[in-house]
Amino acid sequence: MSDIAYVKTELSPTLPPPPNAAGPMKWLKDNLFSTWYEAIGTVVASAILIYLFMSIVDWAFVTSVWEASSFEDCLERYTGHPVGACWGFVDARFNQFMFGPYPTDSYWRPIIVGILLVAGLLPIMFEQIPGRKIAAPLMLGIFPWLSVALLHGPIEMTTLDSGLGIGVTALLFVLGIALGLYGRKNFNPGQTMIGFGVAYCIGVMYFLAWGLGLETIATNKYGGFMLTLILSAVGIGVSLPLGIVLALGRRASNMPLIQMLCIGFIELVRAVPLITILFMAQFMLPLFLPEGVDFDNLVRALVGVSLFSSAYMAEVVRGGLQAIPKGQFEAADALGLNYSMSMRLIILPQALKIVIPNIVSTFIGLFKDTTLVSIIGLLDLLLTMKQAITSTKWLGMEHTGYIFVGLIYLVCCFGMSRYSIYLEKKLHTGHKR
Amino acid sequence: MNFKHLLAAGAAVAFSASVAQAGTLDDVKAKGYIDCGVTTGLAGFASPDDQGNWAGFDVDFCRAMAAAVLGDASKVKYTPTTGKTRFTALASGEVDVLARNTTWTFSRDTDLGFEFVGVNYYDGQGFMVKKDLGVKSALELDGASVCIQTGTTTELNLADYFRANNMSFTPIVIEDNAEARQNYESGACDVYTTDRSGLAATRVVLSDPDAHVVLPEIVSKEPLGPLVRHGDNQWGDIARWTLNALITAEELGVTQGNIGEMASSNNPEIRRLVGAEGDLGAMIGLDAEWAMRAVAAGGNYSEIYERNIGPNTPLQLARGVNALWTQGGILYSPPFR
Repeated sequence: MSDIAYVKTELSPTLPPPPNAAGPMKWLKDNLFSTWYEAIGTVVASAILIYLFMSIVDWAFVTSVWEASSFEDCLERYTGHPVGACWGFVDARFNQFMFGPYPTDSYWRPIIVGILLVAGLLPIMFEQIPGRKIAAPLMLGIFPWLSVALLHGPIEMTTLDSGLGIGVTALLFVLGIALGLYGRKNFNPGQTMIGFGVAYCIGVMYFLAWGLGLETIATNKYGGFMLTLILSAVGIGVSLPLGIVLALGRRASNMPLIQMLCIGFIELVRAVPLITILFMAQFMLPLFLPEGVDFDNLVRALVGVSLFSSAYMAEVVRGGLQAIPKGQFEAADALGLNYSMSMRLIILPQALKIVIPNIVSTFIGLFKDTTLVSIIGLLDLLLTMKQAITSTKWLGMEHTGYIFVGLIYLVCCFGMSRYSIYLEKKLHTGHKR
Repeated sequence: MNFKHLLAAGAAVAFSASVAQAGTLDDVKAKGYIDCGVTTGLAGFASPDDQGNWAGFDVDFCRAMAAAVLGDASKVKYTPTTGKTRFTALASGEVDVLARNTTWTFSRDTDLGFEFVGVNYYDGQGFMVKKDLGVKSALELDGASVCIQTGTTTELNLADYFRANNMSFTPIVIEDNAEARQNYESGACDVYTTDRSGLAATRVVLSDPDAHVVLPEIVSKEPLGPLVRHGDNQWGDIARWTLNALITAEELGVTQGNIGEMASSNNPEIRRLVGAEGDLGAMIGLDAEWAMRAVAAGGNYSEIYERNIGPNTPLQLARGVNALWTQGGILYSPPFR
């Protein structure tokens, strides 16, 4: 027998594919150079991109000025060489961009609020971080008042000026707690809620009047990025729950009065531009109020912005409610759930999940719309920047200023948008569309 | 019966409201600061510095008033107002005085119910062109494209001027100074027109200021001054005479530096100004040394001018018509007597 076999006993080794049929070369060929005209397009486009990139790098890092004491350090005719960004200007004005006219030695107050906000939101936003069960009620029930106290200090409460006022509120507080405890003992959720609710409100009132014993800093001292954040945070915090309530009210066909009110509010507010609402709040409100009753300018803007975004939010949420099949409502009824339970457990979780992109869009829109308050003289981030370039030290620094402010808005809005995508993926449990 | 009560209550509210407005001086003393309405930012006139302290030509007037009334120039609460909110802020009592480069016009003085207490800066609308155009006078601007801020009186003045001189122009509408500079420098418009103080602020940051010239024509009168509400003449007097004290101090050579020694001056008008003689202060509800404090706060008119907008500042505005009447200008204060 010969050793020569007719049949190969082992496979010939697998050769790597030719370079143009796999790996990066193939990807390049398939996607960028598949035809001659595509190749030309690729070359032209990348040339443009590279040029743009180089210009930006040149402007922001190479020819930029990092230390400047006035515009003379940042203008070509004084320095003698082309100058890109003037980061020295941003550096000199950074505190004002962040806090506006807020007193320098009290910067720690908004900083603490910011830290608390982030620390409280992280566990709520990302389930990998523990502590959501504790963070959520704290953020809802305590954080708003704590931040008011930190930012503003004590708020004057005329009710608490007189002994009578103190007596009545203290009595109400005790009665509220008693009612709450009584209701709890008798398993009466209504009584418990009313009792503890009253006690909570009075507690908050006392807390705000005490204001942690800090020095009062009036709202006309708020500005910069801090004011932008306050406006958007309050706008977002109010508009989502209020929007849900309005949306539910608008669909409540068994309560025609409430339905009419909701429709009227939503349609009225949506029919008017935000600027008009801000002007109304600024100029008309004082005419309707009795002499002496005067809201703070910032509060007026906050009310205007919140109401405005609530109307839009209501329509977004209503869109989600309409996407829920009728069977879901019927199933909830069949299980014997009452209205609030069926909404809370069945309908809203589905409806809100559907409209996450729209909700976040509304938030992003609101965040950017806050720049409009500059028209009524509130010093938001954008106006603070515009103000900075009217200082005789910093004339003509608008390029750097606008780019810097634009970057802040970009980072915030892009962050919100990415989070919404993360949320969508996480909640992507049911019907895939 | 009920209706009558309601009426009575309404009348009482209205009455008490007008009473409350009548005593601005007492209100200011009670709260311990002056609410001063300023711009949200205008180069040289009012703008916060890097530390966030307001500074500028209009701001120094507020400080002088605070020094005169409260004895402390820092007792001012600055309320930034926009062109749209300024008059409401003053009318509603949100600010006690508005020092916001506001042009004194007939309708603002009468119809809006304000009282201009004087003029602290005579501005006027001017034109800036590139030197290499060879234009020497605004009358040669026929057919030019003009950068102009929308919704301002400058727009109307421009149209009036060109129509009166049978010329035509192409408006390039822009929103603010920064945008104007961009358009003007890139050649989108041949001419930039705004108040001459604004032209100065724009010109200084052009890449080559010497290649541009501000034409001699002034096409509008813009007397800028502080204003107060109608209905409280005492407060108006205080504002008016604070401004006059600053101007008179310059005329008499009283400066921030030498005002301490002026009480021993021989000049009777100086002695009246600083309160060493007569009782001028008492006539407006203040003490004798009110004007002395006003000048000591930021100097006389000239010192305020030089510090904020004068030739040694980036704005480089020459005194021009804003010089004293004794020096060829039209600045003139009634006598302190």
